[in-house]
Amino acid sequence: MAAVDDLQFEEFGDVATSLAANPDATTINIEGPGESPKRPGPPRGSGREEDDELLGNDDSDKTELLAGQKKSSPFWTFEYYQTFFDVDTYQVFDRIKGSLLPIPGKNFVRLYIRSNPDLYGPFWICATLVFAIAISGNLSNFLIHLGEKSYHYVPEFRKVSIAATVIYAYAWLVPFALWGFLLWRNSKVMNIVSYSFLEIVCVYGYSLFIYIPTAILWIIPQKAVRWILVMMALGISGSVLAMTFWPAVREDNRRVALATIVTIVLLHTLLSVGCLAYFFDAPEVDHLPTTAVVPNQTVTAAKSS
Amino acid sequence: MAEAAESPGDPRTTSPRPLMRDLKAVGKKFMHVLYPRKSNTLLRDWDLWGPLVLCVTLALMLQRGSADNENDGGPQFAEVFVIIWFGAVTITLNSKLLGGNISFFQSLCVLGYCILPLTVALLVCRLVLLAKPGPINFIVRLFVVIVMFAWSIVASTAFLADSQPPNRKALAIYPVFLFYFVISWMILTFAP
Repeated sequence: MAAVDDLQFEEFGDVATSLAANPDATTINIEGPGESPKRPGPPRGSGREEDDELLGNDDSDKTELLAGQKKSSPFWTFEYYQTFFDVDTYQVFDRIKGSLLPIPGKNFVRLYIRSNPDLYGPFWICATLVFAIAISGNLSNFLIHLGEKSYHYVPEFRKVSIAATVIYAYAWLVPFALWGFLLWRNSKVMNIVSYSFLEIVCVYGYSLFIYIPTAILWIIPQKAVRWILVMMALGISGSVLAMTFWPAVREDNRRVALATIVTIVLLHTLLSVGCLAYFFDAPEVDHLPTTAVVPNQTVTAAKSS
Repeated sequence: MAEAAESPGDPRTTSPRPLMRDLKAVGKKFMHVLYPRKSNTLLRDWDLWGPLVLCVTLALMLQRGSADNENDGGPQFAEVFVIIWFGAVTITLNSKLLGGNISFFQSLCVLGYCILPLTVALLVCRLVLLAKPGPINFIVRLFVVIVMFAWSIVASTAFLADSQPPNRKALAIYPVFLFYFVISWMILTFAP
């Protein structure tokens, strides 16, 4: 068909040969002074090279194109949800590392997520956190009350479902509220930086990672140790969140911007302190005298082991 | 072929009846789990009878009696059942979303069958708990549960690892680790 023939790339060949063929034709030298052919491959016409550049030889252009083409499946197909799990192992590790080491000035979303938000990290970090808190809380209560005559160990299985509800609600509802709020502010004040809902969920999910080792260390029945751990975890994950969302509210009214950041950090504090208070019994100081006064068989057995 | 030749009273029937054939298949898969080596048997001829039996056994033994007025007790039958099946389905969905080329039921079959070592651990713990309670009792149970947990992980990894894309193997295996860890914790903290 004539239409298909029209679509074939035309080989223009060398400038010299085409000028020799048609001396009257005008030729334009497009190549810049320092420019050299990007790929030393098979000889191609200058027209071809131009097209290659336009098609995105550049890596960033290519990823922009691909990112735009990624989520094209309708939402009722399985492929649509596969795009949210399009991460490799090293990418997940990089994102976790980024959430643990907040560098001032580096935005977590721009640096690590780069328009490829994943749901793998948030989902499994929250699942691990649920079980870490429930199991550590159970273990810590057992160790604190060890030796008490009236204490009967229970696995406290109900607390797993409570922990799951709280943590998954936090990981999804707070990003939703924040996204809605930022959308509303965006309609009033033109912000340079705006995040999609999934990117916010991603940041929140990865920022909860620091609480997994914190929950395990909360087994130590010392009040001072626990509160130091709370401060450290809050410092790290709070700063990740603050540095991520500050560029999104920076152009806004000063008070609104500060209030947003303060609310984000405050909700984070509420989550960690609430979990500490509910799942971990307070280590009372008067445990020691009671175990010394009552010579319990289990205490002596535990001490001799 | 076995159905066509079925005649209950005929002693000359050489082909096994469907029930015996199914039981033999389940037993063969149990052996594959206990001595894991890379083979396709669990994947090729998947069935869900074995996982169902194991899950029901586990749930029956782990549940607390309803006469207990302790609110914060151990899990109920339904809770154990839901955790095992919901956990297995979630892991399967996760591995498929990451791009693994294993079918839904094959993955459920493998995960269900690899609970066998942990069920054995629960039976051993139940027997050990009949003895005098104390720290040695606990250490023995801890040791048994840890060994069986490692066995489950090795068995399921041997069957599942090949169907994952190579640069996402760790992402697909970690939820399996978490799943068996939670079941091991339930077994370890079981107090009759």
